[in-house]
Amino acid sequence: MMVIPCPFCGPRNETEYSYGGQAHVAYPENPDALTDEEWAQFLFYRDNPRGSYAERWQHSAGCRKWFNAVRNTHTYEITHVYRLDQARPDGLPKAPLATKEVGA
Amino acid sequence: MSQRELPQHPDFLWTNPDPKKSYDVVIVGGGGHGLATAYNLAKHHGITNVAVLDKGWLAGGNMARNTTIIRSNYLWDESAAIYETSLKLWETMEEDLGYDVFFSQRGVLNLAHTMQDERDSVRRVEANRLNGVDAEWVTPQQVKQLCPIININDDIRYPVMGGTYQPRAGIAKHDWVAWAYARRANEMGVDLIQNCEVTGFVMDGGRVVGVETNRGRINAGKVALAAAGYTSVLADMAGFRVPIQSHPLQALVSELHEIVHPTVVMSNHVHVYVSQAHKGELVMGAGVDAYNGYGQRGSFHVIEHQMAAAVELFPIFARAHLLRTWGGVVDVTLDASPVMGLTPVDQMYVNCGWGTGGFKAVPAAGLAYAHTIANDEPHPLNRAYGLDRFVTGALIDEHGAAAVAH
Ligand SMILES: Cc1cc2nc3c(=O)[nH]c(=O)nc-3n(C[C@H](O)[C@H](O)[C@H](O)COP(=O)(O)OP(=O)(O)OC[C@H]3O[C@@H](n4cnc5c(N)ncnc54)[C@H](O)[C@@H]3O)c2cc1C
Ligand SMILES: [Zn+2]
Repeated sequence: MMVIPCPFCGPRNETEYSYGGQAHVAYPENPDALTDEEWAQFLFYRDNPRGSYAERWQHSAGCRKWFNAVRNTHTYEITHVYRLDQARPDGLPKAPLATKEVGA
Repeated sequence: MSQRELPQHPDFLWTNPDPKKSYDVVIVGGGGHGLATAYNLAKHHGITNVAVLDKGWLAGGNMARNTTIIRSNYLWDESAAIYETSLKLWETMEEDLGYDVFFSQRGVLNLAHTMQDERDSVRRVEANRLNGVDAEWVTPQQVKQLCPIININDDIRYPVMGGTYQPRAGIAKHDWVAWAYARRANEMGVDLIQNCEVTGFVMDGGRVVGVETNRGRINAGKVALAAAGYTSVLADMAGFRVPIQSHPLQALVSELHEIVHPTVVMSNHVHVYVSQAHKGELVMGAGVDAYNGYGQRGSFHVIEHQMAAAVELFPIFARAHLLRTWGGVVDVTLDASPVMGLTPVDQMYVNCGWGTGGFKAVPAAGLAYAHTIANDEPHPLNRAYGLDRFVTGALIDEHGAAAVAH
């Protein structure tokens, strides 16, 4: 079981959280202009690195707030947690799909 | 049902050569799919200048970590075609490969616990029958006859409301299956190279011409990915994306017991599935851990949840002990169906996305993938499974048949 530090409540057991997948995937700014290939990328493709990954978690059995974490998908170590309206703090490239940050 | 003695096998089933400078086909990944593909390339297409490379040992990935459930009762025509072809190939595998694989057609029960489960199950049974797949809807009393240790009382949280039953389904011994393919492929000239990790691809324009490995460069006419949970990492090196997410999937066994469980029982709703291995261990699995993970381990609360479900369905398991747990890295797609076909890179092919249920598909996937590689076009069995379905929207949604179930 992972211990995940909620940025609002502090460290809690993984069982208090639900997982939201890749972070920083914004809804397309101009949906009408998207090709089928671009829709496929938005709907069905997410990054899947072996290593550090920016992802969303919700503290669903706690404060119920969503936040982002940078976690290593190989060691499962969490290196950063941050608010949804903040940029990825560890300087790694953002997801190629990101056009805009999701507001809090 | 009684315990069956395992025969002895020879000391060595294949040679361990150093990689040659070049091969007609390099297969990346020595799990069930890579090995079966090599076997089919040699057997059906006369292509024997083939190497299967694995970064670890043969079948050390998901192939020898799965719970070995084999069935073909999926909903859609495309799925029925490939999984039923596979089941038929399982029925002749011991003769085809000349090796025991302990394929045991003890039937698989998929339980229903809600009205919606029941409706979905009956619909699937009818669809299966139209596709020539053996399937029946069974009542709780019939469930009890098929598996006497199951609790069908209605005073539990999710009583058994019935189930679907596929009599021809069953289990096999996964490591022996891998060895059987490895031995035959090696006899026909395929090089099986362990401890050989692909770290990059050699490209010439839009075409792959070789692989970089920890044991040097190996030139290749064609490169076929068969790396299950690691496919994204490899595709990334080759400059394209695959629509999969890699998740931990765990399983566990108890100590050895008398044979008490005659079939295979799966429940999507309470998240557990159970069979009893030939030696007597109770083999159990559940759903994936929700997060992405390449650690080959998951979280213990998933196991706790699965044990609670198991004990409610099988009260006699309450005093069994958990002997060993482990995890694999499964490659999950959004429609719970695999991806097999060409890639944006010329002469490079992809077979992945089998997620929690690709063991049963090994023989048919090997057949179809070898055809795809040899002819540079899909076999009829995998035509619908190309990367293009995510653009056209022609998804093959098997969540009902595949979800927790394998
Ligand atoms: C716990 C668990 C239970 C399961 N239960 C069932 C079940 O009951 N029924 C069922 O049908 N399916 C089941 N599955 C799914 C099934 O095991 C997989 O779908 C199937 O094994 C995947 O194909 P494979 O055997 O080729 O994969 P793997 O055995 O994972 O083979 C991939 C290989 O690629 C190698 N590799 C990766 N990267 C590289 C690289 N860079 N260079 C060289 N080699 C590399 C890996 O080392 C690995 O050996 C289960 C899986 C798990 C984990
Ligand atoms: Zn919180």
